[in-house]
Amino acid sequence: MTPPNETSASAQRSGGAGVDAGTRSLQKRLAWRSTLQAIGMLPVLIILGIAFQLMSGRFMSVQNLSIVAQQASINIVLAAGMTFVILTGGIDLSVGSILAAAAMVAILGSQIPEWGMLGIPAALLMGLALGFVNGALIAFVRLPPFIVTLGSLTAVRGLARLLGNDTTQFNPDLPFAFIGNGYIFGVPWLVVIAFVVVLVSWFILRRTVLGVHIYAVGGNPDAARLTGIKVWAVLLFVYCASGLASGLGGVMSAARLYAANGLQLGQSYELDAIAAVILGGTSFVGGIGSIWGTLIGALIIAVLSNGLILVGVSDIWQFIIKGLVIIGAVALDRYRLKGSART
Amino acid sequence: MTGSSPILEMSGISKTFPGVKALSDVSLTVYPGEIHALMGENGAGKSTLMKILSGAYQADTGGEIRIDGKPVEINGPLTALNHGIATIYQELSLAPNLSVAENMLLGREHRRGFFIDRGAMENSCRSVLERLGVTFGPSTKVSELSMAERQLVEIARALIANARILIMDEPTTSLSSRETEALFALVRQLRAEGMAIIYISHRMAEVYELADRVSVLRDGTYVGTLVREEISADRLVRMMVGRDLSSFYKKDHDARGSRGPVLLSVRNIGDGQRVHDCSFDLHQGETLGIAGLVGAGRTELARLIYGADRRISGEISLVGKPLSIHRPEDAIEAGIVYLTEDRKQLGLFLDMTVRENVNLNVLGRDARAGTILNLKAARDRAAAAIKALGIRVAGDVVPVGSLSGGNQQKVLLSRLLETKPRVLILDEPTRGVDIGAKSEIYRLIDELVRSGVGVIVISSELPEIVGICDRVLVMREGRIAGEVGGTGHPPISQENIVAIATGVKEAAA
Repeated sequence: MTPPNETSASAQRSGGAGVDAGTRSLQKRLAWRSTLQAIGMLPVLIILGIAFQLMSGRFMSVQNLSIVAQQASINIVLAAGMTFVILTGGIDLSVGSILAAAAMVAILGSQIPEWGMLGIPAALLMGLALGFVNGALIAFVRLPPFIVTLGSLTAVRGLARLLGNDTTQFNPDLPFAFIGNGYIFGVPWLVVIAFVVVLVSWFILRRTVLGVHIYAVGGNPDAARLTGIKVWAVLLFVYCASGLASGLGGVMSAARLYAANGLQLGQSYELDAIAAVILGGTSFVGGIGSIWGTLIGALIIAVLSNGLILVGVSDIWQFIIKGLVIIGAVALDRYRLKGSART
Repeated sequence: MTGSSPILEMSGISKTFPGVKALSDVSLTVYPGEIHALMGENGAGKSTLMKILSGAYQADTGGEIRIDGKPVEINGPLTALNHGIATIYQELSLAPNLSVAENMLLGREHRRGFFIDRGAMENSCRSVLERLGVTFGPSTKVSELSMAERQLVEIARALIANARILIMDEPTTSLSSRETEALFALVRQLRAEGMAIIYISHRMAEVYELADRVSVLRDGTYVGTLVREEISADRLVRMMVGRDLSSFYKKDHDARGSRGPVLLSVRNIGDGQRVHDCSFDLHQGETLGIAGLVGAGRTELARLIYGADRRISGEISLVGKPLSIHRPEDAIEAGIVYLTEDRKQLGLFLDMTVRENVNLNVLGRDARAGTILNLKAARDRAAAAIKALGIRVAGDVVPVGSLSGGNQQKVLLSRLLETKPRVLILDEPTRGVDIGAKSEIYRLIDELVRSGVGVIVISSELPEIVGICDRVLVMREGRIAGEVGGTGHPPISQENIVAIATGVKEAAA
């Protein structure tokens, strides 16, 4: 029987609270881990880029990279909105349909003589309003997000067709065509917009009270309510944000095409947006994730699409490979973080 | 027990997590037919040691585990079970949507060819359940059972797997006193049948009542083992914390002297279901206890005051001003905060950092331009809270889920205190908290009361209520059945409280 060892215990206590020398290594380890998490899928993106360069010989050209960035831009905007939603543990399946409806409104608005620029705010407002309806049903009526947005996926698609009389609406003199095809300081407008959306999202998520509340609601909704967080307001905000992002996506794609088609535009865009968010390491149950991860996830998807075409892979195989890469990359991520998931 | 050979010998067990040495050179010997209590503060390594034994963790190389004298290697939960080691965890691990029989035989279902043989399963389970003397059958759904009954299912699961070493990790945490009695009787019956039981508990009274021997861990090392005759509270506490606890229950404020005017006044509130017509006053600088059996409506009353549940009758006023509290944010705004009894589910955000958790309630107050986070203020608040409450943590950007129970509780407390509350409602403030942190929490309550805060303490631990409260309300079946400690009421004592709580004595409310 060992007698209680007084000295070692008191030494342990006096150095107990706060940070001391013995815990430096732990802190370093934590810092390293958070770096790893922040980097996330970046290595996958880089490896894909190198592989396509080696196979095609022209992937890394400035011109092609610019095309990739443009192709990614709309998905980046949608995925940014989706990141807010998934961080609260929800899902928004209606983003593609809202994009179509908003694009239709943008084209219709652009046809107003002299006031064609009104198409932009009209489309943004359309997206925001549809997002608000989603959010209100989820926050106030307490319906499950999957059901609500599955319903609006279908209903809003119908609305988009209704708005355009079920035909393709053109405007060859689109006053905001520069958004889809112009450059500013040599950078495509689409890319600038996507990057600004990412920056604004980062600011909201990491530098505002609202951002912390979004993570809190996703991490533990019951505790969030007891903490005095207005959970309904947070939910309303994230679906509005996703709707607004979809509206912006609508403006971007209308500007790119000079046209909108209620039936085809934005079909299955929600899947690409969700894939980007998940590839970016955001937890499907909410509370964990970052906008930078989403950016990388969206770029991976765009690089895959572009690279597979450059390499000459057939359309059918592109689908198969893209799907497998998404599953494989996430599996790799889980495996990589498993060891550090404890502490 | 003397004379028989040990069923389990663990020696030289160490466990290193990256950066942390959780166990170093720990030994434990357990004999068949004994209840062996394992004690130590949270973070002392009890759970880690038991997880090694049950196969959830692998020990560092160098240690040895012998069962019946033969060295064994335990490299997974299934091997542990095959060696006759079964664990009943603090958080029960049953699937509530399945039946009792399905849970008992989970992973080892009886089959007939490819198909599950439900009849055979239920028959083999029934005999075990009868041995335990339970009132439910093998086909009952677990979701229909109470916490205590679920625990019995866990024990039945261990028995049907022919376990000879049963690890129980704080099994009485969510049980009422009657259920606890029944569990103790069962544990003694298992001991008589030759089972070796390793019993982890923070409650001194349970250890007195049950244990044949007690082993104590501290900071990942083995401190010693006491046999039944040597067990005393003083000695155990000294072994656990390495120092004397001169005044464990801290009550330095003078009940009469510090008590100010009425702070919180609650009149006739009820929710129509579990709380009926409750009225009381809380004075400034007073610790008011709320005692009662589990299910008497104490937590429900607190949640009504805090605005967490819907109130259908009654008024609440603070220093004479009526409040309209409909949601928790209204209560916080008025200066009333509530510490939940279930800190993991309802209190903390386990994935978020200590810093974020500490600051969560005051982000808006510190923010610039209404919404932009004040990062420096957050860092300062977290650092101050860690220092003031003695939170043991590697840094304030650690996820709060990685802390021990006592430190988690301190983080949650400091989040509430950051709002500078006038009324603090603490629901089981020391549940799952080790002895050292307990006394620190008592000291903190005492300081708050002296500074004029009104504190309401809800607790199932009577020594705690009696030790720290100035006045105690006793609830029974959703009503305030009586009061002890105030002028014109019986004095505070465990006997008086139990008498009112159980309805033995009807006191005027």
